[in-house]
Amino acid sequence: MNIVFEKTKGLTDKTFHYCPGCTHGIIHRITMEAIEELGLLGKAVGIAPVGCAVFAYEYFNCDSYEAAHGRAPAVATGIKRVHPDCLVFTYQGDGDLAAIGTGEIVQAAHRGEKITAIFVNNAIYGMTGGQMAPTTLIGQKATTAPYGRDENHAGKPIMMSEMIATIPGAAYIERVAVNTPANIRKAKKAIKKAFEIQREGKGFTMVEVLSTCPTNWGMTPEDALKWLEENMMPYYKLGIYKSSEGSVING
Amino acid sequence: MAKGKVVFDENQCKGCGLCVTACPFKLIEMDEKRINSKGYHPAHVTDLEKCTGCANCAIICPDVVITVYRIDK
Repeated sequence: MNIVFEKTKGLTDKTFHYCPGCTHGIIHRITMEAIEELGLLGKAVGIAPVGCAVFAYEYFNCDSYEAAHGRAPAVATGIKRVHPDCLVFTYQGDGDLAAIGTGEIVQAAHRGEKITAIFVNNAIYGMTGGQMAPTTLIGQKATTAPYGRDENHAGKPIMMSEMIATIPGAAYIERVAVNTPANIRKAKKAIKKAFEIQREGKGFTMVEVLSTCPTNWGMTPEDALKWLEENMMPYYKLGIYKSSEGSVING
Repeated sequence: MAKGKVVFDENQCKGCGLCVTACPFKLIEMDEKRINSKGYHPAHVTDLEKCTGCANCAIICPDVVITVYRIDK
Protein backbone atom coordinates (compact mmCIF):
# COMPACT_ATOMS: atom_id res chain seq x y z
CA MET A 1 0.00 0.00 0.00
CA ASN A 2 1.55 3.26 -1.11
CA ILE A 3 0.96 6.61 0.51
CA VAL A 4 -0.45 8.95 -2.15
CA PHE A 5 -1.06 11.90 0.11
CA GLU A 6 0.04 12.72 3.64
CA LYS A 7 0.57 15.86 5.66
CA THR A 8 3.72 17.68 4.58
CA LYS A 9 6.67 17.98 6.95
CA GLY A 10 6.50 21.68 6.16
CA LEU A 11 3.55 22.09 8.52
CA THR A 12 3.70 21.78 12.30
CA ASP A 13 1.25 19.59 14.24
CA LYS A 14 -0.64 22.64 15.49
CA THR A 15 -4.31 22.79 14.43
CA PHE A 16 -5.18 25.76 12.20
CA HIS A 17 -7.24 28.38 14.01
CA TYR A 18 -9.10 29.24 10.78
CA CYS A 19 -12.89 28.97 10.43
CA PRO A 20 -14.30 25.75 8.93
CA GLY A 21 -13.88 25.78 5.15
CA CYS A 22 -11.40 28.68 5.10
CA THR A 23 -8.98 28.18 2.23
CA HIS A 24 -6.02 29.63 4.17
CA GLY A 25 -5.33 26.05 5.28
CA ILE A 26 -5.06 24.89 1.66
CA ILE A 27 -2.72 27.75 0.75
CA HIS A 28 -0.53 27.14 3.82
CA ARG A 29 -0.29 23.50 2.86
CA ILE A 30 0.56 23.95 -0.85
CA THR A 31 3.16 26.61 0.00
CA MET A 32 4.93 24.32 2.43
CA GLU A 33 4.55 21.29 0.13
CA ALA A 34 6.30 23.30 -2.60
CA ILE A 35 9.15 24.18 -0.24
CA GLU A 36 9.45 20.57 0.94
CA GLU A 37 9.55 19.30 -2.64
CA LEU A 38 12.32 21.77 -3.45
CA GLY A 39 14.22 20.44 -0.41
CA LEU A 40 14.46 23.93 1.08
CA LEU A 41 12.71 23.56 4.44
CA GLY A 42 16.00 24.22 6.23
CA LYS A 43 16.67 27.28 4.05
CA ALA A 44 13.22 28.87 4.03
CA VAL A 45 12.17 31.96 5.97
CA GLY A 46 8.48 32.89 6.01
CA ILE A 47 7.12 36.31 6.95
CA ALA A 48 3.66 36.26 8.54
CA PRO A 49 1.30 39.23 8.02
CA VAL A 50 -1.29 40.92 10.16
CA GLY A 51 -4.74 39.59 9.34
CA CYS A 52 -6.31 36.16 9.68
CA ALA A 53 -2.94 34.55 8.87
CA VAL A 54 -1.21 36.42 11.72
CA PHE A 55 -0.29 33.12 13.39
CA ALA A 56 1.07 31.58 10.19
CA TYR A 57 4.48 31.26 11.88
CA GLU A 58 2.90 28.73 14.26
CA TYR A 59 2.06 26.48 11.31
CA PHE A 60 5.06 26.92 8.99
CA ASN A 61 7.67 24.37 9.97
CA CYS A 62 10.51 26.68 8.91
CA ASP A 63 12.05 29.86 10.25
CA SER A 64 9.41 32.57 10.43
CA TYR A 65 9.04 36.18 11.38
CA GLU A 66 6.00 38.26 12.24
CA ALA A 67 6.00 41.65 10.52
CA ALA A 68 4.09 44.82 11.39
CA HIS A 69 0.90 45.30 9.36
CA GLY A 70 1.74 45.53 5.66
CA ARG A 71 5.49 45.59 6.23
CA ALA A 72 6.26 41.97 5.35
CA PRO A 73 8.03 42.87 2.05
CA ALA A 74 10.35 45.27 3.92
CA VAL A 75 11.18 42.63 6.52
CA ALA A 76 11.69 40.05 3.75
CA THR A 77 14.04 42.50 1.98
CA GLY A 78 16.21 42.73 5.08
CA ILE A 79 16.32 38.97 5.61
CA LYS A 80 17.07 38.24 1.95
CA ARG A 81 19.87 40.80 1.79
CA VAL A 82 21.54 39.43 4.91
CA HIS A 83 20.95 35.78 3.94
CA PRO A 84 20.91 35.71 0.13
CA ASP A 85 21.08 31.90 0.16
CA CYS A 86 17.73 31.62 1.97
CA LEU A 87 14.33 31.18 0.30
CA VAL A 88 12.40 34.18 1.64
CA PHE A 89 8.64 34.48 1.21
CA THR A 90 5.89 36.67 2.60
CA TYR A 91 2.37 35.38 3.19
CA GLN A 92 -0.06 38.31 3.03
CA GLY A 93 -3.78 38.90 2.79
CA ASP A 94 -5.51 41.63 0.79
CA GLY A 95 -5.73 43.96 3.78
CA ASP A 96 -2.03 43.57 4.42
CA LEU A 97 -0.71 43.64 0.84
CA ALA A 98 -3.33 45.63 -1.09
CA ALA A 99 -4.36 48.18 1.55
CA ILE A 100 -1.98 49.23 4.33
CA GLY A 101 1.05 47.64 2.67
CA THR A 102 0.52 48.66 -0.98
CA GLY A 103 3.54 50.96 -0.90
CA GLU A 104 5.76 48.26 0.56
CA ILE A 105 4.92 45.66 -2.08
CA VAL A 106 5.21 48.12 -4.99
CA GLN A 107 8.62 49.35 -3.82
CA ALA A 108 9.90 45.83 -3.08
CA ALA A 109 8.89 44.81 -6.61
CA HIS A 110 10.48 47.98 -7.99
CA ARG A 111 13.77 47.22 -6.30
CA GLY A 112 13.54 43.74 -7.82
CA GLU A 113 13.97 42.13 -4.40
CA LYS A 114 14.54 38.42 -4.80
CA ILE A 115 11.64 37.45 -2.57
CA THR A 116 8.28 35.76 -3.18
CA ALA A 117 4.95 37.16 -2.02
CA ILE A 118 2.05 34.76 -1.54
CA PHE A 119 -0.93 37.12 -1.82
CA VAL A 120 -4.21 35.72 -0.51
CA ASN A 121 -7.11 37.66 -2.02
CA ASN A 122 -10.55 36.89 -0.55
CA ALA A 123 -12.15 40.26 -1.38
CA ILE A 124 -12.91 41.18 2.22
CA TYR A 125 -11.27 42.00 5.56
CA GLY A 126 -11.57 38.71 7.43
CA MET A 127 -9.98 39.14 10.84
CA THR A 128 -11.64 42.46 11.68
CA GLY A 129 -15.11 41.19 10.81
CA GLY A 130 -15.97 41.58 7.14
CA GLN A 131 -15.33 45.21 6.26
CA MET A 132 -14.92 46.35 2.65
CA ALA A 133 -11.39 45.82 1.30
CA PRO A 134 -9.79 47.45 -1.77
CA THR A 135 -10.39 44.07 -3.42
CA THR A 136 -14.13 43.88 -2.57
CA LEU A 137 -16.16 43.46 -5.77
CA ILE A 138 -18.68 46.01 -7.06
CA GLY A 139 -22.03 45.26 -5.44
CA GLN A 140 -20.49 42.89 -2.87
CA LYS A 141 -21.89 43.49 0.60
CA ALA A 142 -19.59 44.13 3.55
CA THR A 143 -20.20 45.52 7.03
CA THR A 144 -18.93 48.93 5.84
CA ALA A 145 -20.80 48.64 2.52
CA PRO A 146 -24.22 47.31 3.59
CA TYR A 147 -25.77 48.10 0.20
CA GLY A 148 -22.81 46.65 -1.67
CA ARG A 149 -19.65 48.36 -2.95
CA ASP A 150 -20.54 51.45 -4.94
CA GLU A 151 -18.14 52.20 -7.78
CA ASN A 152 -18.82 55.95 -7.61
CA HIS A 153 -17.95 55.98 -3.93
CA ALA A 154 -15.16 53.43 -3.53
CA GLY A 155 -13.91 52.89 -7.08
CA LYS A 156 -13.27 49.57 -8.74
CA PRO A 157 -11.51 46.68 -6.97
CA ILE A 158 -7.72 46.88 -7.09
CA MET A 159 -5.98 44.38 -9.38
CA MET A 160 -2.60 43.78 -7.78
CA SER A 161 -1.23 41.20 -10.21
CA GLU A 162 -1.90 43.44 -13.22
CA MET A 163 -0.32 46.38 -11.39
CA ILE A 164 2.83 44.61 -10.17
CA ALA A 165 3.31 42.98 -13.59
CA THR A 166 3.99 46.44 -15.08
CA ILE A 167 7.00 46.91 -12.79
CA PRO A 168 10.35 46.04 -14.42
CA GLY A 169 11.73 44.47 -11.21
CA ALA A 170 9.01 41.82 -11.18
CA ALA A 171 10.16 38.51 -12.68
CA TYR A 172 7.14 36.28 -12.19
CA ILE A 173 3.53 37.21 -11.42
CA GLU A 174 0.68 34.72 -11.61
CA ARG A 175 -2.91 34.66 -10.35
CA VAL A 176 -4.38 31.32 -9.31
CA ALA A 177 -7.43 30.08 -7.37
CA VAL A 178 -8.05 27.29 -4.88
CA ASN A 179 -11.69 26.50 -5.66
CA THR A 180 -11.25 23.00 -7.12
CA PRO A 181 -8.67 20.20 -6.71
CA ALA A 182 -7.46 20.92 -10.27
CA ASN A 183 -6.95 24.62 -9.54
CA ILE A 184 -5.24 23.79 -6.23
CA ARG A 185 -2.74 21.64 -8.14
CA LYS A 186 -2.13 24.54 -10.55
CA ALA A 187 -1.74 26.96 -7.63
CA LYS A 188 0.92 24.76 -6.08
CA LYS A 189 2.75 24.58 -9.39
CA ALA A 190 2.70 28.39 -9.64
CA ILE A 191 4.08 28.81 -6.11
CA LYS A 192 6.83 26.28 -6.82
CA LYS A 193 7.70 28.11 -10.05
CA ALA A 194 7.90 31.42 -8.18
CA PHE A 195 10.25 29.89 -5.60
CA GLU A 196 12.44 28.46 -8.36
CA ILE A 197 12.66 31.85 -10.07
CA GLN A 198 13.60 33.43 -6.75
CA ARG A 199 16.39 30.84 -6.39
CA GLU A 200 17.61 31.76 -9.88
CA GLY A 201 17.91 35.35 -8.67
CA LYS A 202 15.79 36.82 -11.46
CA GLY A 203 13.81 39.30 -9.37
CA PHE A 204 10.60 39.81 -7.46
CA THR A 205 7.96 37.08 -7.66
CA MET A 206 4.33 37.07 -6.54
CA VAL A 207 1.49 34.55 -6.68
CA GLU A 208 -1.98 35.94 -6.06
CA VAL A 209 -4.32 33.26 -4.76
CA LEU A 210 -8.08 33.79 -4.98
CA SER A 211 -9.46 32.56 -1.70
CA THR A 212 -12.77 32.37 0.17
CA CYS A 213 -14.10 33.75 3.43
CA PRO A 214 -17.28 31.72 4.14
CA THR A 215 -17.79 33.38 7.54
CA ASN A 216 -17.73 37.00 6.39
CA TRP A 217 -19.31 36.33 3.01
CA GLY A 218 -22.14 34.75 4.99
CA MET A 219 -22.35 31.45 3.14
CA THR A 220 -21.45 27.78 3.49
CA PRO A 221 -17.92 26.73 2.48
CA GLU A 222 -19.35 24.95 -0.57
CA ASP A 223 -21.33 28.01 -1.70
CA ALA A 224 -18.28 30.19 -1.09
CA LEU A 225 -16.26 28.15 -3.61
CA LYS A 226 -19.08 28.60 -6.15
CA TRP A 227 -19.27 32.33 -5.39
CA LEU A 228 -15.52 32.63 -5.95
CA GLU A 229 -15.81 30.94 -9.33
CA GLU A 230 -18.88 32.88 -10.47
CA ASN A 231 -18.00 36.33 -9.16
CA MET A 232 -14.29 36.67 -8.46
CA MET A 233 -12.82 34.71 -11.35
CA PRO A 234 -14.53 36.76 -14.11
CA TYR A 235 -13.05 39.97 -12.64
CA TYR A 236 -9.75 38.65 -11.30
CA LYS A 237 -8.74 36.63 -14.33
CA LEU A 238 -6.42 33.71 -13.71
CA GLY A 239 -3.16 33.43 -15.58
CA ILE A 240 0.49 34.36 -15.79
CA TYR A 241 0.86 38.14 -15.86
CA LYS A 242 4.61 38.20 -16.08
CA SER A 243 7.17 35.52 -16.74
CA SER A 244 10.83 35.33 -17.67
CA GLU A 245 9.94 35.96 -21.30
CA GLY A 246 8.66 39.35 -20.17
CA SER A 247 5.30 38.85 -21.80
CA VAL A 248 1.97 39.72 -20.28
CA ILE A 249 -0.47 36.90 -20.86
CA ASN A 250 -3.96 37.56 -19.63
CA GLY A 251 -6.42 34.79 -18.70
CA MET B 1 -9.38 0.74 -11.66
CA ALA B 2 -6.94 1.53 -8.91
CA LYS B 3 -8.05 0.86 -5.39
CA GLY B 4 -7.52 3.35 -2.66
CA LYS B 5 -7.94 3.92 1.01
CA VAL B 6 -8.51 7.16 2.87
CA VAL B 7 -7.97 7.71 6.59
CA PHE B 8 -9.53 10.68 8.35
CA ASP B 9 -7.88 12.21 11.42
CA GLU B 10 -11.39 12.67 12.72
CA ASN B 11 -10.76 14.99 15.65
CA GLN B 12 -9.03 17.49 13.34
CA CYS B 13 -12.13 17.73 11.09
CA LYS B 14 -14.09 20.99 11.27
CA GLY B 15 -17.04 19.63 9.30
CA CYS B 16 -16.74 22.15 6.45
CA GLY B 17 -17.83 19.56 3.88
CA LEU B 18 -15.41 20.57 1.10
CA CYS B 19 -14.24 16.94 0.74
CA VAL B 20 -17.87 15.96 0.08
CA THR B 21 -17.95 18.29 -2.93
CA ALA B 22 -14.56 17.12 -4.24
CA CYS B 23 -15.12 13.34 -4.26
CA PRO B 24 -15.82 12.28 -7.88
CA PHE B 25 -17.72 9.19 -6.69
CA LYS B 26 -19.72 10.94 -3.93
CA LEU B 27 -18.40 8.53 -1.32
CA ILE B 28 -17.97 11.06 1.49
CA GLU B 29 -20.64 12.44 3.77
CA MET B 30 -20.76 14.23 7.11
CA ASP B 31 -21.58 11.82 9.90
CA GLU B 32 -24.68 13.41 11.43
CA LYS B 33 -24.81 10.74 14.14
CA ARG B 34 -21.47 11.55 15.70
CA ILE B 35 -19.72 14.61 17.10
CA ASN B 36 -15.93 14.91 17.29
CA SER B 37 -13.84 16.52 20.03
CA LYS B 38 -14.18 19.94 18.36
CA GLY B 39 -17.98 19.64 18.33
CA TYR B 40 -18.41 19.11 14.58
CA HIS B 41 -19.97 16.27 12.62
CA PRO B 42 -16.86 14.67 11.10
CA ALA B 43 -16.56 13.56 7.48
CA HIS B 44 -16.50 9.84 6.79
CA VAL B 45 -16.48 7.48 3.81
CA THR B 46 -19.64 5.55 3.08
CA ASP B 47 -18.21 2.88 0.79
CA LEU B 48 -14.44 2.48 1.02
CA GLU B 49 -14.53 -0.31 -1.57
CA LYS B 50 -15.26 2.22 -4.32
CA CYS B 51 -12.41 4.60 -3.37
CA THR B 52 -9.74 4.88 -6.07
CA GLY B 53 -7.28 6.92 -4.03
CA CYS B 54 -7.49 9.96 -6.33
CA ALA B 55 -6.71 12.23 -3.33
CA ASN B 56 -9.10 15.00 -4.44
CA CYS B 57 -10.62 15.06 -0.94
CA ALA B 58 -7.19 15.42 0.68
CA ILE B 59 -6.16 18.16 -1.75
CA ILE B 60 -9.19 20.33 -0.99
CA CYS B 61 -9.26 19.65 2.78
CA PRO B 62 -8.23 22.95 4.46
CA ASP B 63 -7.24 21.22 7.70
CA VAL B 64 -5.05 18.42 6.32
CA VAL B 65 -7.27 15.79 7.94
CA ILE B 66 -7.00 13.12 5.25
CA THR B 67 -4.21 10.64 4.42
CA VAL B 68 -4.60 8.74 1.15
CA TYR B 69 -3.20 5.33 0.25
CA ARG B 70 -3.32 3.43 -3.01
CA ILE B 71 -3.32 -0.35 -3.01
CA ASP B 72 -1.19 -1.95 -5.71
CA LYS B 73 -2.70 -4.96 -7.40
